[in-house]
Formats: sequence, structure tokens, C-alpha cells
Amino acid sequence: MSETSSVTVHAPGLAHHFDSYEQQKETSLLGMWLFLVQEVMFFGGLFVTYVYYRSLYPHAFNVGARELDVLWGTVNTGVLLLSSFTMVVAVMGAKHGSRGGLLAGLWGTIGFGLLFLGIKYVEYSSKWEHQLVPGLNFDWHGEAARGIEIFFSLYFGMTGMHALHMVVGIAIMFFMLRPAARGKWTPENHNFVEGFGLYWHFVDIVWIFLFPFLYLIGLASE
Amino acid sequence: MSTNVAAEASHPAPGDKPVHYLNWAYGVRSWLLTTDHKRIGILYLISITFFFFIGGIYATLIRLELLTPQADLVQPDTYNRLFTMHGIMMIFFFLIPSIPAVLGNFCIPLMIGAKDVAFPKLNLASWYMFMIGSTMAMFSLITGGVDTGWTFYTPFSTTYSNTYVAPVAIGIFVNGFSSIFTGVNFMATIHRMRAPGMTWFKLPLFVWSHYATSLIMVLGTPVLAITLVLVALERLFHFGFFDPAYGGDPVLFQHLFWFYSHPAVYIMILPGMGVVSEIIAAFSRKPVFGYRFVAFASLGIAAIGFLVWGHHLFLSSQGVYAGMIFSAISMMVAVPSAVKVFNWMATLFRGSIEYSTPMFYALGFIGLFVIGGLTGVMLATLGIDIHVHDTYFVVAHFHYIMVGSAVMGYLGGLHYWWPKITGRLYSGFWSHLSALLIFLGFNLTFFPQFLLGYLGMPRRYHVYPEEFQVLHVLSTAGASVLAVGYVIPLVYFLWSLKWGRVAGDNPWQAAGLEWHTSSPPPVHNFTTPPVLAPDAEPYHYDEELLTGTPSPELA
Repeated sequence: MSETSSVTVHAPGLAHHFDSYEQQKETSLLGMWLFLVQEVMFFGGLFVTYVYYRSLYPHAFNVGARELDVLWGTVNTGVLLLSSFTMVVAVMGAKHGSRGGLLAGLWGTIGFGLLFLGIKYVEYSSKWEHQLVPGLNFDWHGEAARGIEIFFSLYFGMTGMHALHMVVGIAIMFFMLRPAARGKWTPENHNFVEGFGLYWHFVDIVWIFLFPFLYLIGLASE
Repeated sequence: MSTNVAAEASHPAPGDKPVHYLNWAYGVRSWLLTTDHKRIGILYLISITFFFFIGGIYATLIRLELLTPQADLVQPDTYNRLFTMHGIMMIFFFLIPSIPAVLGNFCIPLMIGAKDVAFPKLNLASWYMFMIGSTMAMFSLITGGVDTGWTFYTPFSTTYSNTYVAPVAIGIFVNGFSSIFTGVNFMATIHRMRAPGMTWFKLPLFVWSHYATSLIMVLGTPVLAITLVLVALERLFHFGFFDPAYGGDPVLFQHLFWFYSHPAVYIMILPGMGVVSEIIAAFSRKPVFGYRFVAFASLGIAAIGFLVWGHHLFLSSQGVYAGMIFSAISMMVAVPSAVKVFNWMATLFRGSIEYSTPMFYALGFIGLFVIGGLTGVMLATLGIDIHVHDTYFVVAHFHYIMVGSAVMGYLGGLHYWWPKITGRLYSGFWSHLSALLIFLGFNLTFFPQFLLGYLGMPRRYHVYPEEFQVLHVLSTAGASVLAVGYVIPLVYFLWSLKWGRVAGDNPWQAAGLEWHTSSPPPVHNFTTPPVLAPDAEPYHYDEELLTGTPSPELA
């Protein structure tokens, strides 16, 4: 906190309760990191559930995993990594005062995000056709049926929660387009963009764990 | 602290109406869209008071039914809904938000010399999340209530219960985010918004205890959130997660549930401990003895609290070695808790004690917390727990913690900061009387339940053998006294708003920064931003304050 605090109160983009841009930035990013800690615990509950049932039904989980489409999963991983790249472009644009860079980055991220959700839709509908949606049309005959039903419950639960985070993120980016075009975020104050970038990368990282756990882990074993 | 504060409250000339956070704007919009932490605290105060009395009505019905050994007032089904809704309302919609969202919200920025919390809009959002979540719970209440117990054990909650489980589960999920927002906000506030010179070890212990509470809110609540999502998915779409019919394991639910819900007990008790530290210091006219130990004890309780959830599963097919480890770690919680109690005792020792109403509550807290805490150690012991598992012994134990301690702490804090919040003093006679009634009524209600439980009365039953009736009648009689004790403050607090004596900036001659601004505080808390001198110390009372006049409340 600076000593000459009360002078800067009416600086543009500086909220009344902060003394300096630096304090505002540190606070805002700390808040985002704390929120992400919360997100880690949220997905942590899902991963614990996954690990527990995997240890209970190892064979069924391998059989279930082989029902997933590794090719689409891999493509989607690539799409998501590209969206993280465009997110970085957006943050760098805001940081260096490039309105075009910020807008291009946001549009790119929105595009890749929607592409990811589109591919997810293709995958979900093929699961529906193969009657693999638990509770709604699950139909699997065989010894491992129960474990496979749990696997698909987790598949939809985990990828569904992940997709929900993507939908929220894309919605927020749509709301960011207008202020971005009007130049709301300056090199001094673009905490919102930077914080949102952290969120988007976090959602990306969740997928980096989901992809091997759900798609890859059953491939090697018989 | 007090001598070194640069900030001085403004003293407008008599007849000149000072502008403060309550009167700078009127109208519904200025309240519902406020981002002022003080106004949000008031919004929370009104909402949780409502839910406290809703939960209280359920408690009254439970106690009335238990007056006689037969089922005469309600049907068995209804009884299940009564104790479930009592638990849900009291825990999720009163106790968890109580001290943090009302007093923490109001006091933390004042105590650290900040203009507001770090994220004022998020703070308002947290109240709206609370309102949405509680509205969903109210929907279920109107449609007949839920009968699963507040613990939502699967597969009963996901498959067999015929009540509206999903709306309540989703309501608690939404309400969880109110708690998470509060936790994130407090942590960021305490890290980044402290006034110049307000270093970590000058923070009041109330702030330390809220830091520990926020840690639990941020780390624990999301686990409950995802668990309730899974419960809702299983109930609404028949996804397989916990129901053995789908190959699930109900015990996994219990692990996930208690991973949050045991630390949640510390969300309820830690802020109360913070309140007690403030009150004891103020009314013994001494700094809290062993300040750093009390501060670290808060963090210790929060940390150990995450490793003890298994003591709820001693009889749920948990391995015996896991049980032993959880038993040992659970007993360890008693260590930092005892550190606090002994330090409060040492603070009282040779203090200049003043028996004000907040002090009544603080002393009551210590006594009841010791009983609740020691019976907790008994319950952590495997052999005893198997004997009294799911009996009234457990019910009595957690009510000593959650009502005897947490609610006493909340009421003590409300009485302590009421002059700061409203600028008015309440009646000394009635507040002393109600504090006494609450203490006596509480003990009469819950002490017989220890005996009942030890003799074998199981919890969640509405009929019982006749030999238990005497103790049940005592308990119901105590509950009536307790109810009177809870209604009286409602009356004199409301009365004080109009007719109470004007409090002045520092009616208790207490030390914290919050007493160095006017009552009620100005919109941005301080007319001059406070700066602490390097040699300032927490709870440091200077001579001038030590020789101050007794509190005007007693007049």
C-alpha cells in the first residue's frame, strides 16, 4: 500500500476501496487463485470417486474406456490446447494495450471452445446411439455391466461438469467482447482479463487429467 | 493499538445529523444493490434471523412430541421431516453463515482498517446465492419437507425417500457458493486490504479465527457441492454413484459428505472462538494471554479438522486401523481447543473484569464449550462411541458445541458489536436476564440428553420407553426457557433501534480499530484511513482506557 493513497481514489478503473492499481491487481489475482483452489477441491471430489470405483471395477473400467472414441478425444485435446493459446493472445493483447490482439484472442478462444463443445456433442450422441447413457437408455449385457454403468455415470458426470465450466467460460467471453472493443481494459488495469485467463487455463488442465483417465487408461490392458 | 491510531472519528456538532452507512441513502434499491460490507452484514442478519426462528419452530415441535412416550402430536413420517428440516435450516441457513456473514462481514474491514472487503460485488453475490439456496429449501419446506436427516445418507436420499430431496440438495449446493464466496473474500481481504502497519501479528484474534474459517469454507465446501451434484444426478437421472443397485457404494457418500460436514463444525465454532477472544480482552481490560498461541490454535483446528471425518464412520464398515487413526487424530483437536480455553482463563486471571452482557455470553461459551469439547473426546474414543453411537449422547454433545458454544458466541458478538452496528445501546436488565435464561434453559434442555443417550435412548425416534419420560420432560421444559431467552433479545434489539440510548464511538472502552470510528461507522468506515505505529500491539490498553468509567449499559 502506498502512503499517498487517498490522492489516487478517482483514478479510472480503480475501485474506491483500493489504494493503488498494484493493490487492486494483487487482490484480484489472489481472489482468482483462491477460487481455483476451490475448483480443485470440487473436481477433486469427482476424481476421488473415479479412483475409488476404478479400484473396485478395474476390468469394467477398461472395457468401458474402450467404448470411447480416442480419435475425437485426441482432436478435442488439441482444440482445447489451441484455445488456451488464443487465451494467452487475448491476455497479452490486453497487457500491451492492443485492442485487436485482445479481441482476436477472445474470438479465437470462443471459436475453439465452441468447437470443443460441438465435438463433445458428437461423442455424446454416439453414446446415446450405442445405449450407453446410464439411467436413460443404458443397455449392456455381460458380466461387467454394473461397473460399466458406473464408468459411464462418471464419464458423463466428469465430462459434463467440465463442459459446464466451458459453457460458463464462453458465456463470460461473449460478455467481455463489448467492453474489450470499447477499450475498457488498459495495460494498467486488465485484471479481469488476466483472472479469466487463469480460469480458462484451469478448465483446460482439468481436461488434461480427464482425457487419460477416461480415454487412454483402458487401451493398453486386455 | 489504541494510542497509535492516527484515525479519529468525526464528532459533528450537537444537532448536526452525522451521515453514516445507514442514513446516507434510503429505499429498497440502496439496500438490495448495496456493495457496502456493513449493509450486506445487515441483510444477512435479517435473513439468518428468519431461518433461526424457522429452525426453532421445528425444534419446538420435536420437543413437544417428545414430551410423552407415545406418538401423539405427529405421525412417524412427519417426525422424520421435523428433525431433518430442523437440522438443515439450523446448520446450512443459520449456523454456517451466522458469525462470518453477519459479524465477520461487518467487522473484519473495520478491524483491519480497510474501506471494504476485497470484492464488494462478490460479497453481494454471496448474499443472493444464500437467498436463492434458502428459497429452494423453503420450497421443499412448503411441499412437506425432506425426511432423510440433514446428512442425506444414500441410497435412501437418492432412491427411496418420497420427499423433495433434489430441490433441497440443489439449494444447499447453491448456498455452498455463498459460503465459498465469503471465504474467498475474507482471505483476499485479510491478505491484501490491511491498513499500513497492520501486520499479521497485530490482527485481532477475531480476524485470525475468520482466516481459519475461510480456509475451511474454500477447501471443504466444494467437496460437499460436488457430492450433492452426484446425489442429484443419481436421484433425478438414475446415474449410478452411490446406490448399490447400480453397483455404487453408499459408504463413499459418507466419506465425501463428512469430509466437508465435519470441518463444517469448525466453520461454526471457530468464529465463535474469535468473538470470545475479543470480548474477554475487552471486559478483562487485558490483552489476550498468549496471543500467538491462540492465533495458531485457530489454524491448527482448521488443519486437523480436515483429517478427522472418519470418526463419523466408526460403525460404517470402516477398517479398524482406519478407525484407530481417525480416533487419535480426532482427540488431537482437543489440544488447540484447550490452548484457547486456558489462554482465555489466563486472560481473565487478575483482569479487571466487568460483567457486561457480552461477557455473560463469553463466559457461558467457555463453560459449555468445555463440556461439549470433553464429551467430543469421549465420542472420539472407539469403545465409548460404539456404545453411545446414534444416541442422545451424540445429540447432546453436538448441541453443546453448536448451540451452547456457536450460538452463544454469535449472540455474544451481536451484543458486543450492536452499539457499533446501530449506534444504540440495548437494555442492560433485559439483556442480562435473557443471557441468563439462555444459559440455564440450554443446560436444562441438553444436559438430560447426555443421560438419556448414555442410558440408550436412540436419536431420531419419536417414541420411547416410559422410564425415559422424566428426562424428556426436563429437556422440553428447558427448551421452553430457552425459547423465551431467544425471543427477548429480538424484542429489546428492535426496541433499541428507536429508543435505545445513543452508544457513542466506544461504549465498552475496547481496543480494536472498529471502536475508533463513529457508531454507526461512516460509509467508507473511517474519515481518515488509519495507520498503525510500528510499536502498536494487539489488545494493548493504555492507562487512560484502563481507568475508564464502567460501561453505560449497566446504568
